[in-house]
Amino acid sequence: MFDVVIIGAGAVGSFLARALSRYEGKFLLLEKNLDVGDVTSMANSAICHSGYDPLPGTKKALFNVIGNQMIQKIASDLDIPYKQIGTLTIGYSEDDYQKLLGLKNRARLNGVPAKLLDKEELFSLEPRISKEACCALLCPTGGIINPFLMVVHAAENAVDNGVELHLDEAVIALSYERDIYKVKTSKGEYEAKCVVNAAGLRADDIAALLTPPSWSIRPRKGVYYVLDHFDDHFVNHVLFPLPSSKGKGTVVTPTTSGNYLVGPTSDFIDDKEDFTTDAESLRKAKMDAMRLIPSLPFAEAIRTYAGLRAVPSTGDFIVEEEKNYPGMIHLAGIESPGLISSPAIAEYAIRHFLNKRLSLKEKENWNPKIRPYVHPLKMEKDARDTFLSLHPEYGEMVCACEKVSKGEILDVLSRSIPCQTVKAVKKRTRAGFGKCQGGFCQVKVVQLLAEHLHISPSEVLYSGIGSYIAPYQVAKGTHHEG
Amino acid sequence: MKVDVLIVGAGAAGLASAYSAKKEGAKSVLVLEKGDSLGGILNQCIHSGFGLSFYKEELTGPEFAERLAKEALEEGFDLRFGASILSLTKDKTATFIDKEGFHEVQFKSVILAAGSYERSAGAIALPGARIAGVLTAGQAQQYLNYYGLLPGKRCFILGSGDIGLIMARRLTLEGAKVLGVAEICPYSNGLRRNIVQCLDDFSIPLYLSTTVSKVFGTNRLEGIELSKVNEKKEIIPNTEKVVECDALILSVGLIPNNQLYDLLQIRRNGARGSAVDEHNMTELEGFFAAGNALHVHDLVDHVAEEGISAGKWAARYANNEYLPSKKKIEVRAGEGISYLLPSYLRLDQEEESLSFLFRVKNVEGAGTVLYRLNGEIIHKVNRPFLLPSEMEKEKVPFSLLKGKEGVLEVSYQRREG
Repeated sequence: MFDVVIIGAGAVGSFLARALSRYEGKFLLLEKNLDVGDVTSMANSAICHSGYDPLPGTKKALFNVIGNQMIQKIASDLDIPYKQIGTLTIGYSEDDYQKLLGLKNRARLNGVPAKLLDKEELFSLEPRISKEACCALLCPTGGIINPFLMVVHAAENAVDNGVELHLDEAVIALSYERDIYKVKTSKGEYEAKCVVNAAGLRADDIAALLTPPSWSIRPRKGVYYVLDHFDDHFVNHVLFPLPSSKGKGTVVTPTTSGNYLVGPTSDFIDDKEDFTTDAESLRKAKMDAMRLIPSLPFAEAIRTYAGLRAVPSTGDFIVEEEKNYPGMIHLAGIESPGLISSPAIAEYAIRHFLNKRLSLKEKENWNPKIRPYVHPLKMEKDARDTFLSLHPEYGEMVCACEKVSKGEILDVLSRSIPCQTVKAVKKRTRAGFGKCQGGFCQVKVVQLLAEHLHISPSEVLYSGIGSYIAPYQVAKGTHHEG
Repeated sequence: MKVDVLIVGAGAAGLASAYSAKKEGAKSVLVLEKGDSLGGILNQCIHSGFGLSFYKEELTGPEFAERLAKEALEEGFDLRFGASILSLTKDKTATFIDKEGFHEVQFKSVILAAGSYERSAGAIALPGARIAGVLTAGQAQQYLNYYGLLPGKRCFILGSGDIGLIMARRLTLEGAKVLGVAEICPYSNGLRRNIVQCLDDFSIPLYLSTTVSKVFGTNRLEGIELSKVNEKKEIIPNTEKVVECDALILSVGLIPNNQLYDLLQIRRNGARGSAVDEHNMTELEGFFAAGNALHVHDLVDHVAEEGISAGKWAARYANNEYLPSKKKIEVRAGEGISYLLPSYLRLDQEEESLSFLFRVKNVEGAGTVLYRLNGEIIHKVNRPFLLPSEMEKEKVPFSLLKGKEGVLEVSYQRREG
């Protein structure tokens, strides 16, 4: 019997698992994909919002602001690249200035520091901003984070502290009898005192397995461009246009690795599996970005992607216990600013729901940190040389663009969350994230994965189930060209 | 450690540079190679067609690599395999890392010969899903030629660059069905001989003015949508055609590996490599570039020739036998020319002629290549036709430029009618 079964190992599920791992008990984290954080938590704007924008009094405002206050410590404990670079919301007219004033007031009500900038102040902070920009709202507590490592490291820390994680296991049925939940999955059946629905885009489908929910989730797609990293600083802050009914608009932001991110667009769709980009949306994202920074070098674009926000029909995060089903907790509709809110949502769910049912007792030996990563190139000379002589695999570069060594890849392969795909290695190490996009290193990563998993390179997957990269073995003796 | 000439990359350009630098009298030459063999990408190019001009015979990629490596090794140079360069500074210090640890090396001259990389699905913003089954031609070549693995059984190729054409034949020979090649331009971007030998001979259709407007599939590629494009390369609505396939191979261009130039903030040339003078030296004295790291070549023969030149001048510079003078002439690509090298001339070494390398922007009929110095035509070459897919090399008598300064513009003027 599990105390808690969490359905979905995105940001919310993984941070809840980590928060629960502080307590005595049996906890299970279920994920239908081959890796944690592989859907909405992976494809977003990688921003730690300050919380100036959600309507005061909403759960979004509450959790965003608390999450933002928690993130510094979390990033440090979990070795997550994070930078508090501040956000700028840009105005182009007197009308916009009035709107920014309104937003400043909203920031004040939410308890978020914010400052209005005039044109001169704005240009001193962002010299490449459009000449048409005339004012901005600076929120210094906003920042950027590596969203892949944020989720992976939260889940890893949870597993290191005793949480069970099952990947590639989808929940297919839920029932409640004699105050006990039965969770049936594609691979087995579990009993639990509490079930947490953190199933992201699928949260309404999961809820419906027990009882039809009063709310629903609709995907809203956003497409993005990723530009290469340069020495040149095109943008120093997260740049937002003025928010509209469709969201916060197309953002231009540096990432923690020095790339630039442009996006998202915002379009409701019906298919929860539709992660396709399209030329028209990409064009729109590019136009919107060029309005903020006309000189953005799109010739240096290295990737595009689409992410789906899990938009709730209620308009606010759904953080509640299901009526008549004590211990069935929904953490759903966690659209933007979901990433930064997730650690706060996890704490809230424990304090207000789970602890009431479980009377949780803190462990004496909880370790808030993940196993440290080794960065020999950041060490002092003597330490570096000693380390490299003992670990020559750290001198063998696999990814030349992003300088990822074989040692770093073997490190992530040996951690407590199994890496089964090229994408899992890429998310953790950045191998394949650079300008050649794995043109040179993918084949080497495939080989390392094949060795690690004791399979043939032809069986290695790119990301999801069945995503074989080069699945067919050539018949022997057919090399007859030349 | 200290060396006279440091060379980054042991592909065709790096090996030719090493050979030439030693021949020219460089005392110590160190080549850093990130892989574990000599010859770089040549080793995965197991088809023939290499060496026709450099060696006057037809070789396969590995044969060309072996021959060049042997010649270079006979001259003697230091070599580090598995070495990745970490930094390169203007004060002529490089750091690199390999299995033996972290190293610092001081050099007198350096040749950047780190090749190029392929434009990826992301770089061309390929619309649709980001799924397995979409590979670059070079990736497909690695899987097939190094590991004996096929990415699919029904393949389609986007882009008619040479590697794509070569892979069309290669995949066919290994039992895959290649359904066609789509090219967004109204002309092919590969060498004529490759169109004939890799597509025509195997009845593989080439669709010009056509691109992939969408890729489909959940986790793996299930199909693509082709669309026709207009002269501006914009998709023409209602021309879509769906092709079921399980591999899409991208051959949509190479980009010079410019990471090191960017580190040094060296000005780029029109082909995204570095700007260089007639001796392959960049604006930083003692910093040379050659091969696909400088601009993308059609033929390895030209890469090797460029390496020979870079090696020679790098050695002379290291030996204090060559003192570069100031820039005398800026060279600009004029009408009809997409890029042109060298980017500027020092005119400090009397030679018989100066070589100019360029590509045209579009398929051009009969016309004249015009060399204008400060607006005045000083040299003309009549050409029956020019193709963007073929790099042109023209020699201009040194005497025409000797003692001159200013701006040299090269353009192509099509004959009327």
